[in-house]
Amino acid sequence: MAATALKEQLNGLVNSMFAEGLLDEQFQQLQMLQDGSNPGFVAEVVTLFCEDSERILADLTKLMDQAVVDYSKVDAYVHQLKGSSSSVGTQNVKLACIQFRQFCEENNQEGCMRALNVVKHEYYHLRSKFETMLQLENRIQAYETKQQN
Amino acid sequence: MTVEERKGSMGREGAPKDQFPVGMRVLAVDDDPTCLKLLEILLRRCQYQVTTTNQAIMALKMLRENKDKFDLVISDVHMPDMDGFKLLELVGLEMDLPVIMLSANGETKTVMKGITHGACDYLLKPVRIEELRNIWQHVVRRRKFDHRDHNNYDNAGDSEKPQCANSEGGQGHIPSESSDYGGKLNRKRKEQNEDEEDDGQENMHENGDSSTQKKPRVVWSVELHRKFVAAVNQLGIDKAVPKRILDLMNVENLTRENVASHLQKYRLYLKRLSAVASQQANMVAAFGGRDHSYLPMGPLDGYGNFHTLAASGQLPALSSFQANGVLSGTNPAGYGLREFAASRIVQPGHSHGNTSNPINDLGKLQRINLPGSQHGNLLQGMPTTLEVDQLQQHKTMQDANIHLSGGFSGTGLTTGSSSNSFVNVTNNSFVSQAHQQHMQSKVLGNHSSVGMPSVTSDPFSVSVGGASHVPNLGRCNDTWQGDVPLIGHASNSFHHDDLANMGANVPVGLHIDSNPLNISSSNVVAAPLHNPVTGGDVQCQASSFGGNMMLMPSALDGDSKFLNFGNAGISKQKLKEPNRDHIREPNLVFNSYLNSPLSVPTQKCKIDNSTTNIQLTHKEESILETSKSQGGFYSSGCSFDDLVNSMIKPERDDIAFMDNDIGCDFYPLGACI
Repeated sequence: MAATALKEQLNGLVNSMFAEGLLDEQFQQLQMLQDGSNPGFVAEVVTLFCEDSERILADLTKLMDQAVVDYSKVDAYVHQLKGSSSSVGTQNVKLACIQFRQFCEENNQEGCMRALNVVKHEYYHLRSKFETMLQLENRIQAYETKQQN
Repeated sequence: MTVEERKGSMGREGAPKDQFPVGMRVLAVDDDPTCLKLLEILLRRCQYQVTTTNQAIMALKMLRENKDKFDLVISDVHMPDMDGFKLLELVGLEMDLPVIMLSANGETKTVMKGITHGACDYLLKPVRIEELRNIWQHVVRRRKFDHRDHNNYDNAGDSEKPQCANSEGGQGHIPSESSDYGGKLNRKRKEQNEDEEDDGQENMHENGDSSTQKKPRVVWSVELHRKFVAAVNQLGIDKAVPKRILDLMNVENLTRENVASHLQKYRLYLKRLSAVASQQANMVAAFGGRDHSYLPMGPLDGYGNFHTLAASGQLPALSSFQANGVLSGTNPAGYGLREFAASRIVQPGHSHGNTSNPINDLGKLQRINLPGSQHGNLLQGMPTTLEVDQLQQHKTMQDANIHLSGGFSGTGLTTGSSSNSFVNVTNNSFVSQAHQQHMQSKVLGNHSSVGMPSVTSDPFSVSVGGASHVPNLGRCNDTWQGDVPLIGHASNSFHHDDLANMGANVPVGLHIDSNPLNISSSNVVAAPLHNPVTGGDVQCQASSFGGNMMLMPSALDGDSKFLNFGNAGISKQKLKEPNRDHIREPNLVFNSYLNSPLSVPTQKCKIDNSTTNIQLTHKEESILETSKSQGGFYSSGCSFDDLVNSMIKPERDDIAFMDNDIGCDFYPLGACI
């Protein structure tokens, strides 16, 4: 059935994300939390994460663009991003953040710029996968609802 | 683990209530929406009742609204509106709830900081459900120890916090004290107590020797405090023993223990004042030699004005107040009310007669002070830590009374330390000075850690960090004493009349006496007393505090006077209002002294409730007292009673204030938060 095929596709996608290191076991925890009482939990968290991350990345870009970079602020943002990415289980982003913080501590501007780019890169890569994932989920959901009716 | 398992295990303990831990009410605070959402779901999964907020301020508000609404708080460390540690302190002080810290930062020093601030646990992000399943243990532990402690000690004032530091509670000895503060405080207080017990030995151990049952809290009204001071003076401070004082006072329904604890606070207050005074002297010289030792309160207007304020002569009363310096130093807190924001000490003296001017100035100053903390935060941010620290120091004083400090500490009062801006600002000298410790240095400039000089000095650092806002305030704890002068309380010299006047002038900044008062308990609600006068809200935040609300009648502007004592957090809230010059932030300070007319120009703050030591009239002593526990702020302008009342009575008895209700009518402040 279409739904089954979709589910397979979804599983395949998620598994590949795990394999690539985009996701880690924390994400599995999230998946486990999704159940009847929290049907859209993963989608919700993922969406929140994306919104929040983009906001932070935008702020970070602005901060890094300044002539004199305020590393403490930058660090605060990166710290926050690290926290949320680790909570969601987005491993690559988290690792990139850790590196970024390293450069921040050293007040290494160039290093920070590069690190910021890495974070962005990882994030956008992740986001596109998440989008696909959510789409699949929605479609599956739609199917299942239809089936019920 | 399944729910059943958990329940089963709980059952073992006799599931104190219903199906604990199922249904345990948790308040989750995290500015990161992703983490917050995750936390919420995880907690729900554990079958807890979850309330979430992404703002620490809101969390505090909710907690203050109803102390019994939650069993446990989980909070992130890094938050934009308030430092997690500060929140932690405040919650511990005011509500004595177990707080769990959460952070992506797992460095040892950060974890250590969390523990020293009183966190009962520190979790790392990403948080796992297994860890959350066991957090109920903290609630149980606290309850158990709390009761135990309570029973042992005379609960003269402890009632508020049944949980006295359960963690600490174990320690036993000063349970009563601990009850006031959060766990941390208790511990520290206890230690301090032991150290400083010299004076109040007898009373201090209310816990021990007094009856084991809770005694109704005695509200140290201005009148009462006045009598007390008179008796002490008559006997001679060295020879003043509770029994004799009691006899001289000839007041019914006052026990020796009450007097003893009050005396202890008072002594601490005096000590603080003298320390501050010396600093003040320096400052004064620096400033221009205002006579009041008060500190530069002088021209409060703008910070620099402190001097003038001080000079106004009003301070004189204060100056004598031993602490003029106290004020200076401590003021921050006290004044906090008004000035707090402005920072600095609002001239303690002002409360005295001068009142009108100083306070206004103070108000300005206050505003200025706030700078540190986000302005409302005066106390909020900071002091908590500071206050807390201070509290600790004053532990002895505090015993119950100090509650004020409690609040204070965290809140702005402590500001002394951190943001100095608070006090530092013009007043710095004032407040900071008072603080002797920190103050000195800071005083004028930014005390960075001013505010709480007396406070365990180190503690400040702790809180102070956050405090940026009200550095002064924080300091207030110590300075409180000094501040007191401001508050009208100018402690010794303060005549009652002055105090009355002070109300108006009193820069609410009541510095929270070094801690004891302020911090004493969260009572001090930094609630900026809204001076009736100023119209500001002196937010007697005190009410929020457990009791001691130090209502710092921000006499000055009435804007939220800082009562912030204990509630540093609370005050902060008020602080937000920065508009008023109120020292709102002062949360801190007020408490103890608050009674002093903190800027209470608006005096409305009649913080009667607080009777807390503050005895508004700043009766100098009262100030001390207040600091100690009282939230009694004097709102200088407002009748001292108000202040006192507002001041959150650090003494446990009154701490009623803190609960916002302080009973003070006047809480025009906006009712202390």
